[in-house]
Amino acid sequence: MSRPMITIDGNEAVARIAYLTNDVAAIYPITPSSGMGEWADQWASEGKKNIWGAVPVVVEMQSEAGAAGAVHGALQTGALTTTFTASQGLMLMLPNMYKIAGELTSCVIHVSARTLASQALSIFGDHSDVMAARSTGFALLSSSSVQESGDFALIAQAASLESRIPFIHFFDGFRTSHEVNKTEELTEEDVRAMIDDEFVRAHRARAMSPDHPVVRGTAQNPDVYFQCREAVNPFYNACPGIVQKAMDKLGALVGRHYHLFDYVGAPDADRVMVIMGSGAEAAHEVVEFLANQREKVGVVKVRLFRPFSSTDFVRALPKTVQKIAVLDRTKEPGSAGEPLYLDVMASVAQGLASGIAPFTTMPRIVGGRYGLSSKEFTPGMIKGVLDELKKDNPKNGFTVGIVDDVTHTSLEYDPNFSTEDPGTVRAIFYGLGADGTVGANKNSIKIIGEDTPNYAQGYFVYDSKKSGSMTVSHLRFGPRPIKSIYLITKANFVACHQFTFVDRYNVLQCAEPGATFLLNSPYGPEEVWDHLPRTIQREIIDKKLKFYVIDAVKVAREAGMGGRINTVMQTCFFAISGILPREEAIEAIKQSIKKTYGRRGESIVQKNWAAVDMSLDHLHQVQVPDKVSSAFDFRPPVPEEAPDFVKEVTARIIAGEGDNLPVSAFPVDGTFPTATTRWEKRNIGLEVPIWDPDVCIQCGKCALVCPHAVIRAKIYDPKTLENAPDTFRSAEPKWREFKDLRFTLQISPEDCTGCGLCVQACPAKNKREVRLKAINMEPILKVREQECANWRFFESIPEFDRLKVNTSTVKDVQLLQPLFEFSGCCAGCGETPYVKLVSQLFGDRAYVANATGCSSIYGGNLPTTPWAVNGEGRGPTWSNSLFEDNAEFGFGMRVSIDKQNEYAKLLLRQLENTVGTQLVEEILQADQSDEAGIKAQRERVALLKQKLQGSETPEARELLSVADMLVRKSVWIMGGDGWAYDIGYGGLDHVIASDRDINILVLDTEVYSNTGGQCSKATPRAAVAKFAAAGKPVGKKDLALMAMTYGTAYVAKVAMGANDVHTVRAFREAEAYKGPSLLIAYSHCIAHGYNLTMGLEQQKAAVQSGHWPLFRYNPDLCKEGKNPFQLDSKAPTLPLEKYIYNETRYKMLALSSPETAKKLLQQAEADVLQRWRLYEYLAAMPKWSQEEAAEKIETATTNQ
Amino acid sequence: MVDTNTKYLGLTLRNPLVVSPSPLSQSLDNIRHMEDAGAGAVVLHSLFEEQLTYDSHALNANLCQGEETFAEALTYFPHMSEFKMGPEGYLEHLRQAKEAVDIPIIGSLNGVSSGGWLEYARRIEEAGADALELNVYYIPTSVDMTGEYVRDLHVNIVRDVKANVKIPVAVKISPFFSALAYVARLLSQAGADGLVIFNRFYQPDFDLENLEVKPNLRLSSSGTLRLRLRWAAILYGRITSDIAITGGVHTPEDVIKCMMAGAKVAMTTSALLKHGIDHLSVLRDGVVRWMEEHEYDSIEMMQGSMSQKSVAEPAAFERANYINILTSYTAEM
Repeated sequence: MSRPMITIDGNEAVARIAYLTNDVAAIYPITPSSGMGEWADQWASEGKKNIWGAVPVVVEMQSEAGAAGAVHGALQTGALTTTFTASQGLMLMLPNMYKIAGELTSCVIHVSARTLASQALSIFGDHSDVMAARSTGFALLSSSSVQESGDFALIAQAASLESRIPFIHFFDGFRTSHEVNKTEELTEEDVRAMIDDEFVRAHRARAMSPDHPVVRGTAQNPDVYFQCREAVNPFYNACPGIVQKAMDKLGALVGRHYHLFDYVGAPDADRVMVIMGSGAEAAHEVVEFLANQREKVGVVKVRLFRPFSSTDFVRALPKTVQKIAVLDRTKEPGSAGEPLYLDVMASVAQGLASGIAPFTTMPRIVGGRYGLSSKEFTPGMIKGVLDELKKDNPKNGFTVGIVDDVTHTSLEYDPNFSTEDPGTVRAIFYGLGADGTVGANKNSIKIIGEDTPNYAQGYFVYDSKKSGSMTVSHLRFGPRPIKSIYLITKANFVACHQFTFVDRYNVLQCAEPGATFLLNSPYGPEEVWDHLPRTIQREIIDKKLKFYVIDAVKVAREAGMGGRINTVMQTCFFAISGILPREEAIEAIKQSIKKTYGRRGESIVQKNWAAVDMSLDHLHQVQVPDKVSSAFDFRPPVPEEAPDFVKEVTARIIAGEGDNLPVSAFPVDGTFPTATTRWEKRNIGLEVPIWDPDVCIQCGKCALVCPHAVIRAKIYDPKTLENAPDTFRSAEPKWREFKDLRFTLQISPEDCTGCGLCVQACPAKNKREVRLKAINMEPILKVREQECANWRFFESIPEFDRLKVNTSTVKDVQLLQPLFEFSGCCAGCGETPYVKLVSQLFGDRAYVANATGCSSIYGGNLPTTPWAVNGEGRGPTWSNSLFEDNAEFGFGMRVSIDKQNEYAKLLLRQLENTVGTQLVEEILQADQSDEAGIKAQRERVALLKQKLQGSETPEARELLSVADMLVRKSVWIMGGDGWAYDIGYGGLDHVIASDRDINILVLDTEVYSNTGGQCSKATPRAAVAKFAAAGKPVGKKDLALMAMTYGTAYVAKVAMGANDVHTVRAFREAEAYKGPSLLIAYSHCIAHGYNLTMGLEQQKAAVQSGHWPLFRYNPDLCKEGKNPFQLDSKAPTLPLEKYIYNETRYKMLALSSPETAKKLLQQAEADVLQRWRLYEYLAAMPKWSQEEAAEKIETATTNQ
Repeated sequence: MVDTNTKYLGLTLRNPLVVSPSPLSQSLDNIRHMEDAGAGAVVLHSLFEEQLTYDSHALNANLCQGEETFAEALTYFPHMSEFKMGPEGYLEHLRQAKEAVDIPIIGSLNGVSSGGWLEYARRIEEAGADALELNVYYIPTSVDMTGEYVRDLHVNIVRDVKANVKIPVAVKISPFFSALAYVARLLSQAGADGLVIFNRFYQPDFDLENLEVKPNLRLSSSGTLRLRLRWAAILYGRITSDIAITGGVHTPEDVIKCMMAGAKVAMTTSALLKHGIDHLSVLRDGVVRWMEEHEYDSIEMMQGSMSQKSVAEPAAFERANYINILTSYTAEM
């Protein structure tokens, strides 16, 4: 029976099987597994049925721990239940997994294996997560490719049902989960044939039921626990055989035959590699290549890692084996070897001892690590490992793929060794996130995979920045199945979709001789050559590249596509590559466009079709000169004046050379310097704002809202201007007390993303031409040179004295140096203005605990980080622990700081004679409630340190180590709503209930933004989100109200775009409050679906409609007999629909299910009115007189 | 008992009161209310091709924003298998309106592309509209655009749509033509069954505090009617198309004037927005009362009775009229 060939990624392949074979999926989003849950949710919303004719239930929980609990409960009551997760998510499931396995419960958890956070978080793939789960009692089944991921998902399900052992089915995060590959579809009949309903009914029969009640989950004592634990043994003993049976059954059905351990290579191999996961596919390709050249090498691909069948393993080895290299994609520091290595070692020893091994002498077995965090694993590395085995004394505990110049674990290898199939077309595309390159390439793969007999593979590499990010697409097409599970290094087609990249990167490094180069260029075939850097010219000449240009931007614009050049470039690719006959290709592209965009409206399709039709007329081949003629080359990644670490390490990462950095280049414990974004001039804004001093009223709004801190203001001595560039602008300060000084508002053009929020925020208009404001967007090319010079000069001007600034006004806040700058957040981000504000007001004494999410990515993702330092070297110190524990993490910081402060005070008293009573008293009695007080205290502490320097007493040395804690510190706990409302709520609640002086900033985007728009409990009713595709049916959780019920926490809800003065006031009050403070900040977000330039207007609408009332709850007011609750915004004046239907998250429901949208809108309107009524009631609570207040407080205290 | 029937676009209406396009007709309840209050027919709010295209492009742009850019968030929205992006919503409303009332329902269309005019006209016909009003809402702002171009644009739309649908077609135009009567004749010859005079455009106003241009549409008043009366009176009997007056119909007397100038129907919206839908009954009852008091048997009897052809002084509708008005105005001062 022939089956359809489909071109899908690993997540979809797995989700198809999981969906068909389960009743319930309880999930929680985490990269790179989120796609599986999203597929399942989509199918459920479309009413797709499983193999029993029912629509599975897909439920999103508050965390992976919650998902695991729900899975456990659903399993215990008889539903076939699954979940999808990775990395820290799997860690949160561990406790339940021991239970599920201990209770012998059939279940499959599908894991897109991902690195565990250790010295740093990484979203990429390795086996550290699944290896941490290997003692749970779950079976571990590993698939190596997209095809296998679907096959093994089904094998795992069938085997789990029969064996009663729960399974983790895992595959490599990103490399397999996100690789698009042409695979043979497992049909519903195949799935049906693999699942035996007898086992399903048996699963159900074991379920809890009051109709035949049991207890499960008892507590056991030393007398019996051990025996009970051993009672499961027969099931584990039987499991490998059951898995093999399921593999055989699938083999009989579809013709793909798998074994617990699959050997590939020379039958008489003496050198064998043992490996699992996607690396095994690459090893397969290399070993076949080498064996064909009569090298005696082989590879054992491990499928079932737990229960590890030692017998089957040793039998899979050739009897000629002499040396074995075991490769683990994980690191277990301090162990005798990584997990697979230890199992192999033990199994071979046991096999020899028991006589079941096909060989009689103990082979030499070495272990090594590869591919952590999706580090490339290439044919060169694989050959390097096999070559190492040729040595008499091969290295054990080796690493491959890095240069370890510290402990010298790394193996040498030839990076140019290639086993690529010459019959395969290999194409690399460099694009910008916003230009649609990846989407078009995904369509191209589908076209080729599904419309031609060719096999197709696509893998996509993304940037770590959320704005202006580069994407690199690696596409292979060919007549044979593609096992090259690694990036293309020898491309016969290179397309560069953004001309600016050729100024910065050697996009032709991977081009092989004679390859084709397609460049989107504003310059035509006659002039483009002179605009190419020397390196690019050299590559084109030396490699004899065929060079084509097209002005895709022009074509796209003429076709009404704006900056979306994807269709144009895709058409050119097909035309040049000749993979399909030209007419056929154009027809296929058009059909693909129809399929992709058709549901969004016919005009979109027509526009794209027009772009296709116009493309080829603008495509030109360039006659390549025979000489390099340019006088310029790539711009350096960082300027010469950057610090050494930035030049030696950071710059190389920026330049895309991070893979080449040796171990010694890096800190040993994940500690990096701050203030590095300032060296990475990304130049991504096409337009940047320019200040007009004549129109400006110096209100500071533009600087306040700038998400990237590129707009700065200073007041300074007029003499400073003597050396200013001619184009440097200044004005008389609009502060009465500073009239004799000068004021300048300056932007940093190379750090600006061009989001335009500043222009929207500007209230001043040019009276001669009202379209102009005090800050206006200009094309970067027109102003870059002059503004760069102006920025450099501006940086040389000293910061304004903070003591002269009134930090309660927006106008003055612009004069405070941001200590959070140039982050990689989305252009127009709604979160970062709040983060920056914290850094301006309190940054020089701030500790930041940052929950995992957008803010931890733009705040802490290499190569450069935005947290900065002031002229004194002070600035926020930042750390990210986890997603779920951030409140506790920050709380721990506070407790620690308080303890050290207390200890310092104790020591100070003890050292009174040395230090002097006056200084001790001044330090201990210091008023640090304002900037002046803190500055004075810093000076006292400096004096104290001076006095202690000479003393060698233990107390003095102790005090020196904690003296800085005598200066008031500000602890900030930051994160998004996913953390605060969902996964971290338990901890958050606990911390709010404490009496510690902590400040919590919730950047509320009302959705999981970082993982791509999943519903959170902050998502409002009627909004669409992933896992709420039909519109969220329940209202947004009122986190503020919940926090207020303690009566001891400062709580405020703010929206900078609606009322910036209120925001600044609330931030200052929160920080001043000597207890827990909670700030919930409305943050417009790309996941809301509108042009973020309008973000501030939308914030206003949120407040005017009553969706986001502004208020402050200050418990200190109670002491004054005042109502602690102050409602700071007016009653709703704007109909809710006028606010919500500006946003796609709401609008798309109105466009897809108008009736549901109407119903939910009505309910959401009721939510607004009811909440407003409650707040009005709270705000109108009768006041106590001061006497009454004092009396009542005293009574209450006495009663305690 | 007076006869208030009128014939417009070949349809027999129980009276000449027609509700012109406005947001009011977006609600079925309102349409039922209009029938109950005495409307002779209802012209639905316009199907704007530009709006459909805009919605489509906005949705697409917003869904594409940030897509396939960052590894953790390759999309930001759930996949939707369907969006109702086309004219389906409008057509469904039209179908429901037809089912809800017995009076004629006239569809209104504002197209952009030539394909759009024809496609949507056909679909409005299929949805059951009794007639179609082409709302050629067009402001020729280009300094390169000639009067001939604008004229031909209108004429071609009418001719093409007429060739594609069987239901009667009216065309609603603005008064801003250099030779309005000639254009009216061309439109009539192109097949327009009705000529609706005149469209009222949003007029920009200045917000002096915020230095912003604020487009707005002020409700009409009876004074608005004058221009319409003049041109109805001039065109009556000179073109074969039925004439409909829209803009400035607020009182029963206004309706009577429209009829006497030569209109087959008097369209109203501003009055309903101002006084409510029940104002239709005020108009209807007022017309009947006026007819009874002045002994008119039928509406038909008065139609065109004060057109340029029928009055003693045809020149009253021509340039001299302007001078007279100014003179009398000064005299009153």
